[in-house]
Amino acid sequence: MSTVSLVVRNALWKKKKVDLLVARGRVASLIPSARKTRVEAAQELDASGLLLLPSLTDCHTHLREPGFEYKEDIASGLDAAAHGGFGNVLCMANTNPVNDNATVTERMLDRARAAWPHGPRLYPIGALSRGLKAEELAPMAELADAGCVAFSNDGLPVPRAEFFRRAMEYAWDQGKVVIDHCEEPSMARGAGMNEGAVSGRLGIPAQPDVAEAAQVARDILLADYLKIPIHLAHISCRRSVELIAWAKERGVQVTAETCPHYLTLTEERVEGYDSAAKVNPPLRTRDDVEAMLQALRSGVIDILATDHAPHAAHEKEVEFDLAPCGISGLDTALSVTWGLVEKKLLTLDDLVRAWSEAPCRVFGLPVNRFQAGDPADFLLFDPAAQWEVTPETMRSKGKNTPLLGTRLRGRVAAHFLGGKKVV
Amino acid sequence: MQWRHKDLLDVSQLSADEARHVLDTARYFREINSRPVKKVPTLKGRSVVLFFAEPSTRTKTSFDVAGKRLSADTFSLAKSGSSLSKGESLKDTALTLQAMNPDAIVLRHSVSGAAQFMAERLECSVINAGDGRHAHPTQALLDAFTLVGRWGDLKGRTVLILGDVAHSRVARSNVLLLNLLGARVRLCGPRTLLPPGVDTWEAEVFSDLGEAVRGADAVMCLRLQLERMQAGLLPDLREYSRTFGLCERHMAQAAPDALVLHPGPINRGVEIASDLADSGRSVILDQVASGVAVRMALLFLYMTRKSAE
Repeated sequence: MSTVSLVVRNALWKKKKVDLLVARGRVASLIPSARKTRVEAAQELDASGLLLLPSLTDCHTHLREPGFEYKEDIASGLDAAAHGGFGNVLCMANTNPVNDNATVTERMLDRARAAWPHGPRLYPIGALSRGLKAEELAPMAELADAGCVAFSNDGLPVPRAEFFRRAMEYAWDQGKVVIDHCEEPSMARGAGMNEGAVSGRLGIPAQPDVAEAAQVARDILLADYLKIPIHLAHISCRRSVELIAWAKERGVQVTAETCPHYLTLTEERVEGYDSAAKVNPPLRTRDDVEAMLQALRSGVIDILATDHAPHAAHEKEVEFDLAPCGISGLDTALSVTWGLVEKKLLTLDDLVRAWSEAPCRVFGLPVNRFQAGDPADFLLFDPAAQWEVTPETMRSKGKNTPLLGTRLRGRVAAHFLGGKKVV
Repeated sequence: MQWRHKDLLDVSQLSADEARHVLDTARYFREINSRPVKKVPTLKGRSVVLFFAEPSTRTKTSFDVAGKRLSADTFSLAKSGSSLSKGESLKDTALTLQAMNPDAIVLRHSVSGAAQFMAERLECSVINAGDGRHAHPTQALLDAFTLVGRWGDLKGRTVLILGDVAHSRVARSNVLLLNLLGARVRLCGPRTLLPPGVDTWEAEVFSDLGEAVRGADAVMCLRLQLERMQAGLLPDLREYSRTFGLCERHMAQAAPDALVLHPGPINRGVEIASDLADSGRSVILDQVASGVAVRMALLFLYMTRKSAE
């Protein structure tokens, strides 16, 4: 016990008071607080009233660097991640230049290490095709060697099934999974919201949920045929969930993520042409929200992700059709989903699985289950803390969220990565 | 009636009494339009910006004439001649216009919600002269004014709106206003040109013109944008006109003396048979005349709002 560097006492883990012992950046042990163990440690922390959670992993973030640093840069994005409870951040390839060569990947990693040497850790997602143009495969071996952990064409879904099949095969040769933004492009062109009664009334060009589900079906069939895993990004509707459930029952290697906004907001949030609620895929119906919650509880949806998409204020303050899609999510994600636990729509176990265990498992990152030897990546969460979402309380440069002005419950009180305090 | 609204974004903002008040006010102004000297000093010294960020001839001219007949100073601004064409945002254009302190801005824009966007940022009144597919409240009011002029009241009347409902701001505003004033509304068009969620609208929906027109007191044709064929929503104009083009044969199924409306400009022989457009049933030119009176009424109500408070 003499090597213990940190003891966190009286934290709540799975409804029990525990003491967490950290040594050499790893979990040494997790023991009931009642044992009153005497430990000599350089640092001791009383976490009474705070929940102990493994640090979160966001497998779908846009950090905008290089190219769009005015929206977000790697330093500011990781700052928001650290305060939001995220220790691992997988960032998408739609930068400028696109992350389709090792130079971009390496630069991203250098910037992250310089800004946040102890983490949050950055894991770039490489482009699936050069320039995200879906014409030529990206050099995935080179990208994997440089540090990319997965491949995706991000928000520019690949329309040609043959090309997508080859991309899945080539990526799997590198031992990496493909993440697909599921959208049948011809059914979603120019769309700004979900197709339905609200879009019909507001006169906004819209995409039906079947635009997502059609691509989900294609991807599932390819994964089944090729016996290669596929990860489906930010799933938003019942139709997709039903297909994924069917695929999982068949044993297809499919995993899927959804985002806090698809569990909490509906298409009505677009009323008044509020571009803060413009996101792709769009906010869907109440029935879809219920389906997403059920799917997350049952494990049909494996992962929660933010799809953190920061934009500058002037970009969103335009006519609705012209506004870019996206919600800035790193700051609010954990509080929003904690709200669902408080409402008993999800359990704390659902949260831990979907924000931490599942994304680490799918993308091959070390998991912290608080077993001896696990990385000491954890956070102390104050479930009673209340805070208002304002431009000042958000650490991200992107203040674009429909939650501005709302009060949330629950906030990260402290965040440790490799046993070192980052927040 | 004391006018309480700052902006006219859509007819959904109006109560039935307020809509009737607009029509009653328009009736007074219609008389001015038939005088030898068609000008009154009502809005002398007030200024109206006609900001048409999308091409329009008849609506813009109608507002221009309406403003001038009330002695307001009208200033035209088109997208091609504005900073928007140089990449300026609509917000900055709005703030620039605001700094010139107009009393009202009449806005036409190709994006749904643009009028609301401007109204939220401007202190002066914003009158929506058509925003994207969303709303065209002044057109709906002039259509209602035309029908009320013929019938006296809309209660119990059946109005069929025919054609490209999905992309039509005219249809959306008319469905709301006609219902508000007591009419029954029918919609008819190919499924490809009916909007999502149309079953939730206060209207009966048809895809068979023969059924839709039966017993209707008026048929309001919508303009067909020819690019709908390129989008795969229609095969060709010939087939559209054969299936949904209104002609005398259809009107024989309608109520006796049923009226025909069209917001213009007409594609003759496509939405409506040419001879029907020129027939005694057609009130298309009445609509144009009504437009000036209704827009005079609206400019008057919105621009004198502050002094009435």
